[in-house]
Amino acid sequence: MARITLEEVKHVAHLARLEFSQNELESFKDQLDAILEFVAKLEDLDTEGVEPTNHAIEIFNCFREDKVKDSLDIKDVMKNAPQGEEGSFVVPRII
Amino acid sequence: MENLLDLSIGELRRLLDNKEITSQEITRAYLERIKEVDPRIKSYVTVTDDLAMAQAREADERIKRGEIAPLTGIPLGIKDVICTKDVKTTCSSRMLENFFPPYDATVIEKLNSQGAVMLGKLNMDEFAMGSSTENSAFFETRNPWDTERIPGGSSGGSAASVAARLCVASLGSDTGGSIRQPASHCGVVGLKPTYGMVSRFGLVAFASSLDQIGPLARNVEDCAILLEAISGHDERDSTSIPKVSFSRDGVLEKDIKGLKVGFPKEYFIEGLQQEVEEAVKGAINLFESLGAEVKEVSLPHTEYAIATYYIIATAEASSNLSRYDGVKYGFRAKEYENLMDMYKKTRAQGFGPEVKRRIMLGTYCLSAGYYDAFYKKASQVRTLIINDFKNAFKEVDIIAAPVAPTTAFKLGEKVNDPLKMYLSDIFTIPVNLAGIPGLSMPCGFDQKGLPIGIQLMAGHLQEKTLLRTAYNLQEALKLSFKWPEV
Repeated sequence: MARITLEEVKHVAHLARLEFSQNELESFKDQLDAILEFVAKLEDLDTEGVEPTNHAIEIFNCFREDKVKDSLDIKDVMKNAPQGEEGSFVVPRII
Repeated sequence: MENLLDLSIGELRRLLDNKEITSQEITRAYLERIKEVDPRIKSYVTVTDDLAMAQAREADERIKRGEIAPLTGIPLGIKDVICTKDVKTTCSSRMLENFFPPYDATVIEKLNSQGAVMLGKLNMDEFAMGSSTENSAFFETRNPWDTERIPGGSSGGSAASVAARLCVASLGSDTGGSIRQPASHCGVVGLKPTYGMVSRFGLVAFASSLDQIGPLARNVEDCAILLEAISGHDERDSTSIPKVSFSRDGVLEKDIKGLKVGFPKEYFIEGLQQEVEEAVKGAINLFESLGAEVKEVSLPHTEYAIATYYIIATAEASSNLSRYDGVKYGFRAKEYENLMDMYKKTRAQGFGPEVKRRIMLGTYCLSAGYYDAFYKKASQVRTLIINDFKNAFKEVDIIAAPVAPTTAFKLGEKVNDPLKMYLSDIFTIPVNLAGIPGLSMPCGFDQKGLPIGIQLMAGHLQEKTLLRTAYNLQEALKLSFKWPEV
């Protein structure tokens, strides 16, 4: 049985802000299905009561003094913007 | 000087300090070789000729003034995933094809403070996602030992450039084997340090709980010099280990008597190329003749590592790569109808197929209703894999194993079968999940003349033991080192 449907692939694509042609959707569905089938082997393992690991090294909250420092120059930062104006990023109208 | 390009960092250091050669001469020789040879290897995305010569001039001034650091005047290559101020940093992606970082990564600041020379930025799988460098949006890098074969990945350019003598040494990054596997396929030494030993500030993020920057070099000594230069705590990376430091004192000590070396039975399995198995086992036997104690160990959850990795790494990637939205920097699609359409078209056109596949898988694993079944489950299995290593390191100091199941495969061989490609990372992934250091070094050649690598692993922050073990093996192997003819 397929682990992922075409509708789910479309939904995930939307969540990920991606878009695909019909052909791409079909091929992604098959590839994701094969990968999900493979990762399903984790279901064989009993992990009841096992603490999940988020970082392999035990680290604790890193606090530092809240000091005022120089930031990057706005002009330097804006150099990479696809579209900018007067120190602001320009995006399509949203309202 | 005919063999100038053959010299390691240590050998160049001596010549530079004795004023027998200048950094400008070395740098010029490398730039000329890049011009001549790199069109066949294609390891560089960007060659920074002018910057390199300026840095070399400055290094020569420093040397004259006696302000010498281990890397002063040494020409290096940098994987194009590490931010370099005002030097294009593409991640081999259309998305960042014209991205000029406004700042340097911490590792670059550290290299600059030593007066190292940067020759350019090295090709890779797009956003470090891949095992062959075929996922570069620009071009495939070739293996210098056989240009019909892949150099490995994702740090394929970093490994190929060292093997082809297109730089003295390089930096790469390793999320699931991306330094060690290409090092193995190209016959060089590559080290993934303990998670948190090297600052990730300025490293373009793929999977933040796994990514780590490390060196690729011609020998263990050079790896140690580079690690010493780039390691250390950085307050700009909150996962950097407090007060961490590495000194290479004692790495070149020729003594591993009493060292305990384990070989995990789960790494010698079906599908392992026979010549790889023989070469790795031969190296392990050498440890015994050097006075080390060799025994079998077990890492019972090894078979679950790939599945665990491809959930955790893609989940983190889907989150990290959401920043590429066509607004602040990077590519933006030319035509779109509204903001949502702009996001989707930008990302659809800016990312390549493997990056999209991983974003899709990661988004799916994190989406409502699936989080517990995938991400949480994988994070729990990760704990089991870490415990495997903790238990093994109660018995041994070093674990020795293959790096990859086979020597370098052919271009195109696995590129259309993502799952098959993922499976080639089986021996390198557990190290990233556990955050421990892993090193790949050459231990022989197969019948086709392709290099075979052995992987050495150690506990958290045990880099000194790891490098000393590697150095002793390197000296005992006495591999009649030959350079690939390119």
